[in-house]
Amino acid sequence: MFALELVLTESWYLVLAAMLFSIGAAGLMIRRNLLVMFMCVELMLNAVNLSFVAFARGLDDVGGQAVVFFVLVVAAAEVVVGLGIIVAIMRRRQGSTADDISLMRG
Amino acid sequence: MRVEMFTFLIAGAIVLGGALGVVLLRNPVHNALSLVATLFGVAVLFVIQEAYFLAAIQVIVYAGAIVILFLFVIMFLGVDRIEATERDPLPAQRVVGVVAGLGILVLSIVILLAGGGEPTGQRSATAPLSDQAPDIDRLGKVLFTDYVFAFEVTAVLLTVAVVGAVVLSRRPKGDPIDLDEFPDGPAVAHLSLFVDPDDEGPADDTADAESADAESADADDVEVTS
Repeated sequence: MFALELVLTESWYLVLAAMLFSIGAAGLMIRRNLLVMFMCVELMLNAVNLSFVAFARGLDDVGGQAVVFFVLVVAAAEVVVGLGIIVAIMRRRQGSTADDISLMRG
Repeated sequence: MRVEMFTFLIAGAIVLGGALGVVLLRNPVHNALSLVATLFGVAVLFVIQEAYFLAAIQVIVYAGAIVILFLFVIMFLGVDRIEATERDPLPAQRVVGVVAGLGILVLSIVILLAGGGEPTGQRSATAPLSDQAPDIDRLGKVLFTDYVFAFEVTAVLLTVAVVGAVVLSRRPKGDPIDLDEFPDGPAVAHLSLFVDPDDEGPADDTADAESADAESADADDVEVTS
């Protein structure tokens, strides 16, 4: 097998994180469903987490893993508040696409 | 290293397949389940990199709490039945989104390869990862010493999030507001989201005046809001 000769360095993780991040960013721009847009934000956060863990291993520093810990907390808080806003909007207006609430731009 | 490589390839395929599922599938429930696949793959990648505690947290917090929250909201709102992807007011946005995503990918990989593919920085002198202590010991020690201020701020953030979620999901006591009654005043309608429901004096006057306007403006009041 061709893969057996390759060595697994950080670059593999970073390239994978870059692919995951760009899929999430493209999805955030493409999709209109608010919930799916939130899931795309989660994809991007996970890509960043993956690269942080790769850097932590590459630089032999626990700080990278600590940052991942904080990112997890921020992601949880963001999801809770964001889903609360979505529920509050959906109570008053059917349809959960971003276009339906474009009138909030003021 | 051989085992690591195989595990990386399989987990990476799961991660990317799940991510594509999140973006491309139509049903929000399928999106959420694809997100579980991606998060699990990322947890496997954490295990390969010897971040065992983070892998456990990833599964417990992300797959166990966040995705369940997503699924709960999907089921609660019945969003899975509403899918209007064919009605797209900005068709060019898909093309722009794909191009921008590819641009981000190409740029980041070019920057990565231009930098030699290795992180450029000082290796840690105080908190080495290759210590013999278990993973969770080192992480806990650094959390409560070097990052203790960030840890405290995190506590504040969680408190704010809990209070915000309670306030946002509290059902107001007044009648639900029909936004279609506000032909040219979406700002007024949205202000009433934050008005105390007990304070009904001026809000009702505004609603009556606006609905009178709506009748004189015939049936195209929905168009005015858009």
